[in-house]
Amino acid sequence: MTSIGTGYDLSNSVFSPDGRNFQVEYAVKAVENGGTAVGIRCKDGVVLAVEKIITSKLLKPGANKRIATVDRHVGIVSAGLVPDGRHFVSRARDEASSWRGTYKAPIPTSALANRLGGYVQAYTLYSSVRPFGVTSIVGGWDSEAELAVDGQVGTGPKSGAGGKVEGTPAGGPALYMIEPSGLYWGYYGAATGKGRQAAKAELEKLDLTSGNLSLLDGVKEAARIIYVAHQDSKDKEFELEMSWISSLDGPTKGRHEEVPKELREEAEKFAKQELEGEDEDEEEKGQGEQMEE
Amino acid sequence: MDHFPGTWGRPRNDVYGAYNPQYLQTTGPKTHTSSPAVTGTSVIGVKFNGGVVLATDNLASYGSLARFTDVKRLRVFGDKAVVGFGGDVSDMQYIDRLLESIDIRENYSSNGNMLNAKNLHTYLAKVFYKRRSEFNPLWNHVLVAGFDGEGKPFLSSADLLGTTFSAPHLATGFGAHLAVPILRRLFPEETPIEEISREQAVSALKDCLKVLFYRDARSLDKYSIAVITQDGIDLKEDEQIEGQSWAFAERIKGYGAQTN
Repeated sequence: MTSIGTGYDLSNSVFSPDGRNFQVEYAVKAVENGGTAVGIRCKDGVVLAVEKIITSKLLKPGANKRIATVDRHVGIVSAGLVPDGRHFVSRARDEASSWRGTYKAPIPTSALANRLGGYVQAYTLYSSVRPFGVTSIVGGWDSEAELAVDGQVGTGPKSGAGGKVEGTPAGGPALYMIEPSGLYWGYYGAATGKGRQAAKAELEKLDLTSGNLSLLDGVKEAARIIYVAHQDSKDKEFELEMSWISSLDGPTKGRHEEVPKELREEAEKFAKQELEGEDEDEEEKGQGEQMEE
Repeated sequence: MDHFPGTWGRPRNDVYGAYNPQYLQTTGPKTHTSSPAVTGTSVIGVKFNGGVVLATDNLASYGSLARFTDVKRLRVFGDKAVVGFGGDVSDMQYIDRLLESIDIRENYSSNGNMLNAKNLHTYLAKVFYKRRSEFNPLWNHVLVAGFDGEGKPFLSSADLLGTTFSAPHLATGFGAHLAVPILRRLFPEETPIEEISREQAVSALKDCLKVLFYRDARSLDKYSIAVITQDGIDLKEDEQIEGQSWAFAERIKGYGAQTN
């Protein structure tokens, strides 16, 4: 960064002559130090996982959750400055509640991501604020069934609500990642935080675009990817936190919930086995090379 | 055409006379609900050994007109509480949305929704009392059924004034006059609720609903019934009153077919 020290990085909302907003880039740096977070969009649900580095032995295991629920059907996990993430979630909850106030229905995940993207972007525009020090992964399940309007008392017409096109799929899994600039894309698999490079490489191997990965396999893969991404900071202990949102006929019935303890532990066991397997492969390879010499 | 956009598209003053801007006035005396519009009638509930049963019919009346016949007046809160609503249906919808937003907020904690029926009843009574104190009441009389903090069956009522009342069996509206005497005869005061079975409680409510359908002109023979136990809520919303006999009506003047 040759332009550093030229004064263009001191205030938010100021462009450098080559068209960059340095405050936003520094916010990205804050994200790059955070614990790895991943999201996987499976065919029948979404999984979120985060690597929580244990900063003190005095912290209660399993407490201080990092994945938050928004409305009933959306989960948010952030990497970066934890308090920024908390505020972000709080805003997301307000948006979801205001959507319900207006439309008497849950907010579609895409609309929530759009509003949050707009909110984060606004924090790049003013010198009185700083950008968000988080990149957030927003996962949700939009109901595939026709939902009753909030407060509805009757059954209404037998044909249901109007305006439907026969045969068009409704609802389904959704996964978005929102960056400090306010940029957001929809993803099949998203990763952020310290181990994002390794995590992205693993996500790419999963062939998520074909939409064949089941939610249960997604849980196992998410755990494994967090373990793989942790390899580079092995000296620090960590705790795995995972949540999921399934389809209406799946285990969470379209709600965002923490992955049950038994399932998480099973996934962690699988992840550790996989890692040990990799290590053995490498050792064998190493020995083979020696023998050749 | 002039330079005042406010007058564009309006009937011309020189042709039709000046527009009376009073029609546009947004100020003036503040008005409140002073009577309900679309209403539900009685709600009845009985505690039994290990739970509570709650029932309402499925009618929403517009004055004396049986306007909506598939209205679900038992609303579930969390996984172990039910509120039965009598009175104004739009106020019921407002409260239902309010409770939904509370349930969503409660679920943000990692323990989930910890509010039990007793907490819910306290809250609702306070909402009612606040609104009546603002001279803008929520025109309902509700029964809240579920469990208290010790896991014991809970049944209590709250009305539009914020008045609360508890008893092993309760009824609102017409039911307070017609169902409560029946329930008191079936389950006398000295009977502990541990001696009342689920079946007894359900059949007692069915009897009450039948009597209410006979004598309450704002009632319906289709009803909803919810059985709340520690195992969860068994809610049926499309039931039919069975075993009716209108023989008693034969000799009553002005009731049924007789006209003179």
